[in-house]
Amino acid sequence: MTIAQEPTALNFECETGNYHTFCPISCVAWLYQKIEDSFFLVIGTKTCGYFLQNAMGVMIFAEPRYAMAELEEGDISAQLNDYEELKRLCLQIKRDRNPSVIVWIGTCTTEIIKMDLEGLAPKLEGEIGIPIVVARANGLDYAFTQGEDTVLAAMANRCPDKLPVTEAEKSDRNAIQKLLNFGKKKEDVAQEESEYVDHPPLVLFGSLPDPVVTQLTLELKKQGIKVSGWLPAKRFTELPVIEEGYYVAGVNPFLSRTATTLMRRRKCKLIGAPFPIGPDGTRAWIEKICSVFGITPQGLDEREAQIWAGLEEYVQLIRGKSVFFMGDNLLEVSLARFLVRCGMTVQEVGIPYMDKRYQAAELAMLEKACLEMGVPIPKIVEKPDNYNQVQRIYDLKPDLVITGMAHANPLEARGINTKWSVEFTFAQIHGFTNARDILELVTRPLRRNNNLKDLGWDKLVKEEAKI
Amino acid sequence: MKLAYWMYAGPAHIGTLRIASSFKNVHAIMHAPLGDDYFNVMRSMLSRERDFTPVTTSVVDRHVLSRGSQEKVVDNITRKDAEEHPDLIVLTPTCTSSILQEDLQNFVERAQLEAKGDVLLADVNHYRANELQAADRTLQQIVQYYIEKARKKGELPAGKTANPSVNIIGISTLGFHNNHDCTELKRLMADLGIEVNAVIPEGASVHELKNMPQAWFNLVPYRELGLMTANYLETQFGTPYVDITPMGVVETARCIRKIQQVINAQGADVDYEEYINEQTLYVSQAAWFSRSIDCQNLTGKKAVVFGDNTHAAALTKILSREMGIHVVWAGTYCKYDADWFREQVSEYCDEVLITDDHGAIGDAIARVEPSAIFGTQMERHVGKRLDIPCGVIASPIHVQNFPIGYKPFVGYEGTNQIADLIYNSFTLGMEDHLLEIFGGHDTKEVITKGISAESDLNWTKDGLAELNKIPGFVRGKVKRNTEKFARDRGFKDISAEVLYAAKEAVGA
Repeated sequence: MTIAQEPTALNFECETGNYHTFCPISCVAWLYQKIEDSFFLVIGTKTCGYFLQNAMGVMIFAEPRYAMAELEEGDISAQLNDYEELKRLCLQIKRDRNPSVIVWIGTCTTEIIKMDLEGLAPKLEGEIGIPIVVARANGLDYAFTQGEDTVLAAMANRCPDKLPVTEAEKSDRNAIQKLLNFGKKKEDVAQEESEYVDHPPLVLFGSLPDPVVTQLTLELKKQGIKVSGWLPAKRFTELPVIEEGYYVAGVNPFLSRTATTLMRRRKCKLIGAPFPIGPDGTRAWIEKICSVFGITPQGLDEREAQIWAGLEEYVQLIRGKSVFFMGDNLLEVSLARFLVRCGMTVQEVGIPYMDKRYQAAELAMLEKACLEMGVPIPKIVEKPDNYNQVQRIYDLKPDLVITGMAHANPLEARGINTKWSVEFTFAQIHGFTNARDILELVTRPLRRNNNLKDLGWDKLVKEEAKI
Repeated sequence: MKLAYWMYAGPAHIGTLRIASSFKNVHAIMHAPLGDDYFNVMRSMLSRERDFTPVTTSVVDRHVLSRGSQEKVVDNITRKDAEEHPDLIVLTPTCTSSILQEDLQNFVERAQLEAKGDVLLADVNHYRANELQAADRTLQQIVQYYIEKARKKGELPAGKTANPSVNIIGISTLGFHNNHDCTELKRLMADLGIEVNAVIPEGASVHELKNMPQAWFNLVPYRELGLMTANYLETQFGTPYVDITPMGVVETARCIRKIQQVINAQGADVDYEEYINEQTLYVSQAAWFSRSIDCQNLTGKKAVVFGDNTHAAALTKILSREMGIHVVWAGTYCKYDADWFREQVSEYCDEVLITDDHGAIGDAIARVEPSAIFGTQMERHVGKRLDIPCGVIASPIHVQNFPIGYKPFVGYEGTNQIADLIYNSFTLGMEDHLLEIFGGHDTKEVITKGISAESDLNWTKDGLAELNKIPGFVRGKVKRNTEKFARDRGFKDISAEVLYAAKEAVGA
């Protein structure tokens, strides 16, 4: 092989952690929409509020079910009683919105002043009669999408561990399915049951838009696999039952705490698979789940080939081109793996945090993809340093840099194509159906360039300005 | 604790960062946790900056929490000094660092021993000052630092410039239409025969600051930013300042007359009356507009105004004094400077509203039912909900309030822009109203021809449910495509699966 001098295994580095990313409290933006009967209360300062207000854009005007509990000087110096203050605000929320759950998001400030949210919550919960879930999604410990991980890990503890069983239902072999099929006629249920293989219950975790949930559920249904529940569900009151011995699988790479909680505290078995991002990832994800349940997957070959065929016009645009991930949302490894399969060379995979155990299958798949496509294996840079990365970008001159908005315009002005990384967290990118949407995003700057290429407006800064 | 959804003025460090990153070759280092550098995103997105925002973070993480920052802040300062050779590094505390109570001043002193550039700690209390107060303070702090430095070195230039000259103080990055205002003010000064000695902070180098005492006077166009600096220069050098915002025809004239008085007192001999007259009657269209039939139609119409002190006060006066519009209430979120606002507007509106609670403002708008609102982006959205047009006149603002075209709010061109803004807001409202009276737009349902007249296809319950999740404006198209797909393949029932298979097939 000609790539003998290239690294043949993944190479991990760790830099200074001086990089740009969103604060993990941003997870309220998509989670309040996902969990329809929730209310998110971020207990923090004006800084947190300012970030959310600006990062959520027009959503802020849509009377979101989120608010700041803005700490004032009296709260910091403990002149005010935390419990009384939180009670007053939560009662106000109960009166105005009557949610089924209030999620408290702990921030840097509550960490530093050591406000005992976990201790206060059960007491207040008893007093006001609304469940209070505590997630410490702060910038001291976490980056961006890890916020969702802390919320879901906290929710995992709230999933019921047994169904309330009534006399009539005891005869039913699988009560969970009965509940899920609530409202349907008995014959319907029986008929539907026969479409599934008999396997232990499977619960998926990770917040996805409802259409994507439907798509992935149907994808597994084709293999005879039944999804017993999904963490999170559309409503807090519909959180899935999780019993000891259930199987769980993650749909996103940033959910390692949730996975750990499900394994250690709920005694579930984790199916460690690559993530269903890109047709290759989706197929590997399904195959892994099938193999755990001893099912031979049907028709995946054709299905994947068919999706790839449909992507060809996009793949043509990026084949042979290079990409550099600056790293800010933990989707980087999965996206890199998919883009390698599309024929791109990945120069660097920056990532805020790398859980090598939770992402093991995904990392192995990236390595395999590089070897099979005959491209160098990228180095994975944990806690990157944006300044150093920009110097490397100047040296490597990648065809595409996937980065945050803080760097996008300055890089574009220097003739370097960029794609804003945050869009990958909000777009629908999971499953076979949405592979096209990923490439729609990735190729957008390249298509734009094709449109503008003859104008000679590549470099729009006067001298090579310093950062 | 207080329950808050929306805030008008940002946290203190944003003010400091706005000042630091407005200067040329000044770098700010925030002492903050990961994710607090959202300022860079805003600057890069809103003002479409081509250059990297000169702000980095010295990250506060778990280790810092347990052991203190130790060498970290000092290392970050000296590293940035070596990498980019800034003239000045401003260490910026945040809400987090102010509770940690680390001795940041000590870090600054230690870093200064190694750094070639200057190092300053922004003197801002996070829990007592907001964005605007912090910006005002930081600007004054930097000016004072460089004046004193020059004085110590004996480099402070003596005397004034030969010709009348001015420092324009308070133009900054992310300020509402600041760059256009700056151009307009420079034009105005050129028209008046006044040299511009310095514009700070936007685009200025800290090395120019020592020359500021050479100006004959200082012009502070915005109430929120620059007054502390102007006061400092007055006490140090006796430099008078003009703090009348030249926004609107009457106020612009008042500002120019004040300038005339200030420089004549120092030995100039100018008379700007002719200029004011010429501009007012023939160059600016605003005076003519207020005389025209268009404006006559606005007489007595109800409006409400809300924003920062500068813009809300100026707009209130323009609406009431120059256009005969009935301002029911005018308000500001600059609670710390409320007395000034009250004094400025009380004779031009029925009621003054001082609050930073957007809910109270929304209620006050709903109660009054004005024909137009002049406010921030938040009031624009209230207007949308209540079906009342809104002209945006102050921060907080979105990317559409950073127009590429020339749109100053100050000076004579500013009066034209404001007249357009006001007139367009009101006529839009009137147009809508007329449409309603005459039965609205012709909105007969558009009849879309299907592929075949009768559908032999059956949408299953889950298929229909999935279809209904698709946004309305594309639903028709998706439905047609799916039915075509199903027909091509001979499917009778359309389930969710078929819907998504069709999506894959057409790539819609």
